[in-house]
Amino acid sequence: MTSNASGRKNLTFISRRSPYGSGYAKACLDMVLSAAVFDQHVTLVFMDDGVLQLQPNQQAGDIHAKDLSAALAALPLYDVDNVYADRDSLTRRGMFSDQLAIEVRLCDADKIAEIIRQSDVVFTL
Amino acid sequence: MKFTIVLYAAPYSSQASLSALRFAQAALAQGHKIVRVFFFYDGVHNTSAFSVPAQDEYDLVQAWNALILVHEIDAVSCVSSALKRGVLDAREAVRYERSGSNLLESAVLSGLGQLVDASLISDRVVSFGA
Repeated sequence: MTSNASGRKNLTFISRRSPYGSGYAKACLDMVLSAAVFDQHVTLVFMDDGVLQLQPNQQAGDIHAKDLSAALAALPLYDVDNVYADRDSLTRRGMFSDQLAIEVRLCDADKIAEIIRQSDVVFTL
Repeated sequence: MKFTIVLYAAPYSSQASLSALRFAQAALAQGHKIVRVFFFYDGVHNTSAFSVPAQDEYDLVQAWNALILVHEIDAVSCVSSALKRGVLDAREAVRYERSGSNLLESAVLSGLGQLVDASLISDRVVSFGA
């Protein structure tokens, strides 16, 4: 186990789906917020289509969906500060790290592997 | 070893439900403990007692029910996932004025906190169907 000295566990969530079209992105965010409420060490990684959740100016109301990026803005309120986006996934989708809905740290595959190694539990959705 | 099992997928739509069931059976057969089975997202359909497969098909929902009852496993269906997908217990049916309830007798409705809580006290969390 890699639990840290405080007795908290490292729970990592890898969000790989686009924000709408399926409920997976919302489900993943719900899990993140639940884990944060339990005062655990939470890390959230956006990769593959998951980075599309970071697009600014989402018009979710047009498809009767809730704006997921608005919910993302609540992450700091839950003390979820370890939020990463895979640089390669952003680049492939023509997205720029300085034009995202929330502030994230950039990471690459090696960093993601390191995050996974340091995690007690990894949820991928 | 203590396991938590998370099932995201509905029965019959994919192999995931049977895979999770088989994993649970194998783990128990080898003397491991299952802290909790958490049915999340489409996985809540595994806790609908109204599932009626064809006679020559394997009854996944009843197989889950039997496993949970025999081994006294804590089985939780995510309440927010379940309600919107039409899986209700008697109390929710009354509360939302629906004509019936269908939650599997061996499962309870509760929140995502139950998944986090189980994760914290398990050695491994194994996910199926995502």
